[in-house]
Amino acid sequence: MIRRAILTGLAFGAGGVHLAVVGVLLAMHQRWIVVEVLTLGQAALLLLAGGAGAMMREKLAGLLAGATAAVPLAALTVAMATVPLHGIFIALSQPLFDMLTVDEGLAGGIAILIGGGALAGLLGAAVRSSPPALRRAVGPAAIAVIVAGVFQELIQLMLQQYDDAIVDFREFIYTWEGLSVQGAVTIFVVVAIGSEVLGSVWRRRTARMQQRNHRRERLVWAGIVLLILALLPAVAGSYVGQVLMLVGLYILMGMGLNLEVGLAGLLDLGFVAFFAVGAYATALLTADAPHALAHLPYWGAMPIAVLLSICVGVLFGLPVLGVRGDYLAVATMGLGEIVRVIVQSDFAAPLLGGAQGILQIPKPRIGDFVLSSPVSLFYLTLAASAVAAFVAWRLENSRLGRAWMALRDDEDVAQALGINLVRAKLLAYGLGAAFAGLAGSIFATMLSSVYPSSFQLLISINVLALIIVGGMGSLPGVVLGAIALIGLPELLREFGEYRYLFYGAVLIVMMRLRPEGLWPSDVRQRELHASDETLALDAGADAVPARTS
Amino acid sequence: MTIRGLSRLSAVDVVLWTMRIAVVAVVVLGTAGTLIKGRYTAEQWFDFVMFGLTIGSIYAQIALGYTMVYGVLRLINFAHGDIVMTGAFAGYFVATPLDRSGFLESQPVLGMAAILVVAVATSTGIAVLTERIAYRPFRRTGGLAPLICAIGVSFFLEQTFRGMFGSAVKSYPEPEWERAAFDVFGFNVPRIDVLVIGLALFFMGGLYLIVQRTRMGTAMRAVAEDGEAAALMGIDVNKVVVFTFSLGGAMAGIAGVFYAFVYKQVYFLMGFTPGIKAFGAAVLGGIGNIPGAMLGGFFLGMVESVGPTLFLDGIGITAPYQLRDLIAFTLLIMVLIFRPQGLFGERMARKRA
Repeated sequence: MIRRAILTGLAFGAGGVHLAVVGVLLAMHQRWIVVEVLTLGQAALLLLAGGAGAMMREKLAGLLAGATAAVPLAALTVAMATVPLHGIFIALSQPLFDMLTVDEGLAGGIAILIGGGALAGLLGAAVRSSPPALRRAVGPAAIAVIVAGVFQELIQLMLQQYDDAIVDFREFIYTWEGLSVQGAVTIFVVVAIGSEVLGSVWRRRTARMQQRNHRRERLVWAGIVLLILALLPAVAGSYVGQVLMLVGLYILMGMGLNLEVGLAGLLDLGFVAFFAVGAYATALLTADAPHALAHLPYWGAMPIAVLLSICVGVLFGLPVLGVRGDYLAVATMGLGEIVRVIVQSDFAAPLLGGAQGILQIPKPRIGDFVLSSPVSLFYLTLAASAVAAFVAWRLENSRLGRAWMALRDDEDVAQALGINLVRAKLLAYGLGAAFAGLAGSIFATMLSSVYPSSFQLLISINVLALIIVGGMGSLPGVVLGAIALIGLPELLREFGEYRYLFYGAVLIVMMRLRPEGLWPSDVRQRELHASDETLALDAGADAVPARTS
Repeated sequence: MTIRGLSRLSAVDVVLWTMRIAVVAVVVLGTAGTLIKGRYTAEQWFDFVMFGLTIGSIYAQIALGYTMVYGVLRLINFAHGDIVMTGAFAGYFVATPLDRSGFLESQPVLGMAAILVVAVATSTGIAVLTERIAYRPFRRTGGLAPLICAIGVSFFLEQTFRGMFGSAVKSYPEPEWERAAFDVFGFNVPRIDVLVIGLALFFMGGLYLIVQRTRMGTAMRAVAEDGEAAALMGIDVNKVVVFTFSLGGAMAGIAGVFYAFVYKQVYFLMGFTPGIKAFGAAVLGGIGNIPGAMLGGFFLGMVESVGPTLFLDGIGITAPYQLRDLIAFTLLIMVLIFRPQGLFGERMARKRA
């Protein structure tokens, strides 16, 4: 028991040291949650210790685990004070030292670290063993305070638009640099009571309704989320519009890759190539530049770009028809890289503009109205996404969609059942490419220019990550994944350089804990239920937590 | 096999044959054109070959890690290229102070030994850690999950090193003795090339002996042959997997230091390209086949170094050197499509393709 507490604590502490050494911790320390009281970095450390505590069943063990979680960090501060580590590890700077020791010097700092860790661990264990009613109230309330604090700039900007009506309310909740103490307390209390009341009403209702309404309930939620997404930019201004536009583009691509990976099981890491084809085709057909082949209006170029992407998708799929599984992933990645190397080279420069790219792509216009602002382009993306989502939804339930799923589950059996593998696979590549090509086309007109450096392997990985997080084969999952992985990092811009660290961690954690994604498709969830049980058995077999220190 | 199953459709065959013919045509026409034009001297060709062997010996070492892990776990360790990067970084932080103090200059053998030991210790440690934390839970799950997790590990390692040491390209020290060259029949043979190839051959020979002669190596081959049967015979599979990852990690560490010495720089994304190419080399040699991976590495290095000039210059492509990666990736894709069992054949690969 004690051994388990110590090992858990050390594992969580090692996570904390990783955050510190990589530099995320200090970056998080720059954001207040509650002004002059708690920063995001401190909250992260408290959450780590609390998490270690919550892994324990008893309060005393939680206390021990929380305190041990602070030990690696304490050791780090000692090391920083004695060895000049800053020369090698750029993140281990004086400000980090001051943050970890709370400006109290080495001895005092360590005492605070370990004491704070122990308290947080105790609290974590206490929350775990508390009655569910309390947990249901505290959880959402804490999240609400964190969201209100972290996104204060954005929320304040939004609220300021309506200042004549609610200026007193805004000034009560926020000071100009963030959430005030009374604001935090108010939000916490209101949300805690609200979620408790709403939660009990909700439960009473769902208890009466049977499970078959589960699906409809989720659709209602999806509708609400979409409505908010659609109205938000008009309310919140052009910055949010820009972010949501990017989210929209990734939703488009995610739905495309979802056809390939989620339905047909073809892991394609060269997906960015189709995006690039869409963007370059649009550029070459519309741009006011020497490379341009034509000067079509945007609406003429877009369908051609999509058609071209389909052709490239089929061409791309043809050679790799016989390649499966892991090999397919590497082969498609190689194809994607080949496209990039060619576009970037001097060899193709006369046609594609080389590393300088193609500039001066006009914005789309409807009559006399030019879609130039981010918000209007967002609505273009939204319309495209809506059409694409409808197509994807119909495809999923079509004969072709079922053929894809059969293909995903077992290629040989699918073929034996009379599914035309060549046709099914090529359609998956072609239709997936169409979505990406459409996204690429909008991307080109959004930036008014295309550069080969915009089409890195990273984009393929981003799209893959978002459909995995959302849930493979699930359309609402794509939306959720895009909001979580593209929208959030865009809003938390000072952590921008850590976003891929976060992606890596998310991929590993999702694969281990929730391989079906946050919002799994119904089929997928049923399928994975069996393997979940074996996973649980596996986890039970080696219950010793990972030793990362 | 699927390709045969699909062959009822001639359109697919046509495309595949067009690809084959196009590649062969480029190779033949390009070679003929380059040789007829005769713009390159014998010294230049010799330099290309030397560089090909050097970089090939590095690919061979990285490929060993892929092939051994694949043999034992049937997993493409997508993060293996990043393990190479960790070795190069660890070597950098030893090499730089040694170079500044003049120790690397006066004691090249001891200095190199110190660099290699630290690099190997780091990369081995990280390889074993990734196995324990990220790969072991997937031992019994099939499908795409392990590969996706490996992609996550790759990102995580890259970004961790970026966060710790910054995103700038750091230049590796270049001691005086490394720049000198031997003179063999009038050709210039750079010392660093001889060092890299010689040490690579030495270490790979050592690895081959370990795998063939030691108890642990025998156990490893047994697990690669049939994991369940090996477990029933009393072989501790977990131990074998850790052993495999540490052998691969050690090779990756050495390769990382050499790669950094050849290209004279380290940065956090440096592992990606050699990683993918070395994976190609492993497939080329028949994945799971250890001597095959070594040969595949040398072959890939040669093609990549000689290829752009030999194949592309002849058909009038400007700046063929920029298309070096194109040749390597094309080779990779061609092998994956047309000969997934590798040039030298390997029974294991038949199950995959």
